[in-house]
Amino acid sequence: MRTTINSLKKGEKAIIKDFDIDIIPLKLLEMGCLPGNMVELLQIAPFGDPLYLDINGSHLAIRVETAAEIEVELVQIKL
Amino acid sequence: MINENINVALIGNPNVGKTSVFNQLTGLNQQVGNYPGITVEKKIGFCKLPNNIKANILDLPGTYSLNASSIDENVVIELLLNKNDKLYPDVALVVTDVENLKRNLLLFTQIKDLEIPTILVINMADRMEQKGITLDIPYLEEHLKTKISLVSSRKGFGIAELKKQIITYKTISSEPCLNASVIDPEYFDSLRKAFPSQLLYKLWLVITQDVNFLNLERKEIQSSFTKSHSDLKRLQQKETIKRYQFINDVLKVGLKVDIAIAKDFRSKLDRVLTHKVWGYAIFFAILFIIFQSIFEWSKIPMDFIDSTFANLSSLASKNLPEGVFTSLLSEGIIPGIGGILIFIPQIAFLFLFISILEESGYMSRVVFLMDKIMRKFGLSGKSVVPLISGTACAIPAIMATRNIENWKERLITILVTPFTTCSARLPVYAIIIALVIPDNYVLGFLNLQGLTLMLLYLLGFGMAIFSAYVLNKIMKIKGKTFFVVEMPNYKLPMFKNVAINVIEKTKAFVFGAGKIILAISIILWFLASYGPGKNFNNADTIQRSKVENKGIEESEMSNKIASFKLENSYIGIMGKTIEPVISPLGYDWKIGIAIISSFAAREVFVGTLATIYSVGGSDNEDTIKNKMGAEINPITGKKVFNFASGISLLLFYAFALQCASTLAITKKETNSWKWPVGQLIFMSGFAYVVALIAFQLLK
Repeated sequence: MRTTINSLKKGEKAIIKDFDIDIIPLKLLEMGCLPGNMVELLQIAPFGDPLYLDINGSHLAIRVETAAEIEVELVQIKL
Repeated sequence: MINENINVALIGNPNVGKTSVFNQLTGLNQQVGNYPGITVEKKIGFCKLPNNIKANILDLPGTYSLNASSIDENVVIELLLNKNDKLYPDVALVVTDVENLKRNLLLFTQIKDLEIPTILVINMADRMEQKGITLDIPYLEEHLKTKISLVSSRKGFGIAELKKQIITYKTISSEPCLNASVIDPEYFDSLRKAFPSQLLYKLWLVITQDVNFLNLERKEIQSSFTKSHSDLKRLQQKETIKRYQFINDVLKVGLKVDIAIAKDFRSKLDRVLTHKVWGYAIFFAILFIIFQSIFEWSKIPMDFIDSTFANLSSLASKNLPEGVFTSLLSEGIIPGIGGILIFIPQIAFLFLFISILEESGYMSRVVFLMDKIMRKFGLSGKSVVPLISGTACAIPAIMATRNIENWKERLITILVTPFTTCSARLPVYAIIIALVIPDNYVLGFLNLQGLTLMLLYLLGFGMAIFSAYVLNKIMKIKGKTFFVVEMPNYKLPMFKNVAINVIEKTKAFVFGAGKIILAISIILWFLASYGPGKNFNNADTIQRSKVENKGIEESEMSNKIASFKLENSYIGIMGKTIEPVISPLGYDWKIGIAIISSFAAREVFVGTLATIYSVGGSDNEDTIKNKMGAEINPITGKKVFNFASGISLLLFYAFALQCASTLAITKKETNSWKWPVGQLIFMSGFAYVVALIAFQLLK
């Protein structure tokens, strides 16, 4: 199954793999949402949307529908 | 020594403290205006530098990159691309936040490509130790080809050094720090060959952006070098990746963060403020405090202003020689100015709260918290900011919709924002509430008048949300929805920033609206003091002959004459003409006059009544409020401002679009007359119907 940002759990970290460039706004790319960068899900808003992320050190919120377009690979955190 | 004048431009991402740096450099020495033709705020400040050099400092709108997505951001590009602009900078200061350096440097590398001497200002340097950040300044300066200034606009350090650095602008490098054209060498080579005299990055911006470009045939470039939208975006992505690679490489050496120290108070606060119960509870508690305090705290200064002007007016009429000038002064100008100044306390409080909420970073959390709910009504979480700042004034609120990315959500926000209770409605509400709602407390602490005011605010919001819901169902506009909002760090609001903001906004409001109100007051005084025909000129004899045998007292007599005169003055005739339309709503012709004159701006309502009652009565010592309270309708024998007519008036002003500036800004932002005209018809028609129903039910 494809893992996307919206399937992360709170506190999980992942590496951005790929997305459809025509759907993702340029502004999000400029905020650091680029393949290879780290993303962490910090908070989920009440009612499950939007998502509060740390992408490459930038703190920002995006909607689930956008997050569902961004494919990621989960990073296993050693405890 | 010669005096030298240089232009300095402040550029930076939102939330990096750019405006604080601006305030530190210029103090109160600043001018706020608009860019010609568009309603983007233009802030210029002046600053004395060492060696007798003076600087014009331009605070450009915050932007994440030079790829503009709003007219605010467009302003930045248009200035930086136009060397002939008289504000074209001799030196650019790119302001960054030490904690977000990586992202902030993206814009910096773009500015460097424009070959303008650039200083990198790293702000919030006071937090470095706390966050475990160390910087290798010489390394960074070498690789970014710039000079670096470490400042803390909060603590005020580094500003003097920054000033010294600005005057060395001629020695600061204007070379780009990376070569972005490697992303597609073939394409950029041919572009360079076709336009050898132009900067490559400028050409690229002209191809990808929708900007005015003066010296260059925009069409010519685009026709031969255009690519499909999707190809251009792919190239822009490559460019962005390239820039980030460069930034990552530089920061790998130049920036060290001790992660153990980071991770903080921010996430704890976020957990509470965006909590599904506490988050909303705190938000509504804050709103409640704001509205209670606006009414409670500003009461004392408002009463003071009101009675001061009443005294001043009577002082003028008693001590100056009788005549047209004295009457204009005491009945037209003084009550007119009083009607403007009485706004100041409430407006200042409102702007105070709004700037604290924005400065602290809390507003972004509200956007996050409300997005899902607002979307049910066709709005965006970002609509919350316009709806809240609409409580100050719809004009800046409608401008604040520019960061809503989706056109349908933005349009709906623009159309419904004027329903929120703006500060111009406050004086109307305040005086009517004071007249018809008792000053009692329920449950021992809730002031009934304050509660009524809060209900009116809720009614405004409720109506805005409801109309949004209806519009969302009716309108068929398809568009990609996307939503990106930065969640800035929490900051303690800086007193200086908040104070300057409050002063500037209040000043702009008082002088902007003040001119209109004063002019209308003078016109009104004239229309109320003169009239056509025999009735007006012979008021004295007509009235005296009527009551000749009744042995009436002289003071009552002169009151009767004065009000007969007013009825037959020009304005009295106007009011009487529209009386049939408004009497079903419970208003008399005097209120009719006030509604006509406040068509262009609501706040004129109170000023108009002030003028009318000053002209109409012989006793100038009393306050406007008391005069209005004592007014009796001669037909019904009831008070003019009773509970039914008062509620009807409150509802009318809650819904009617009595504001010419709102119409103008809606036209500008939607680029069509269709929307403002629809807005006017719908809002004012609705207001009439609701006020009619309310009065007929309550009377």
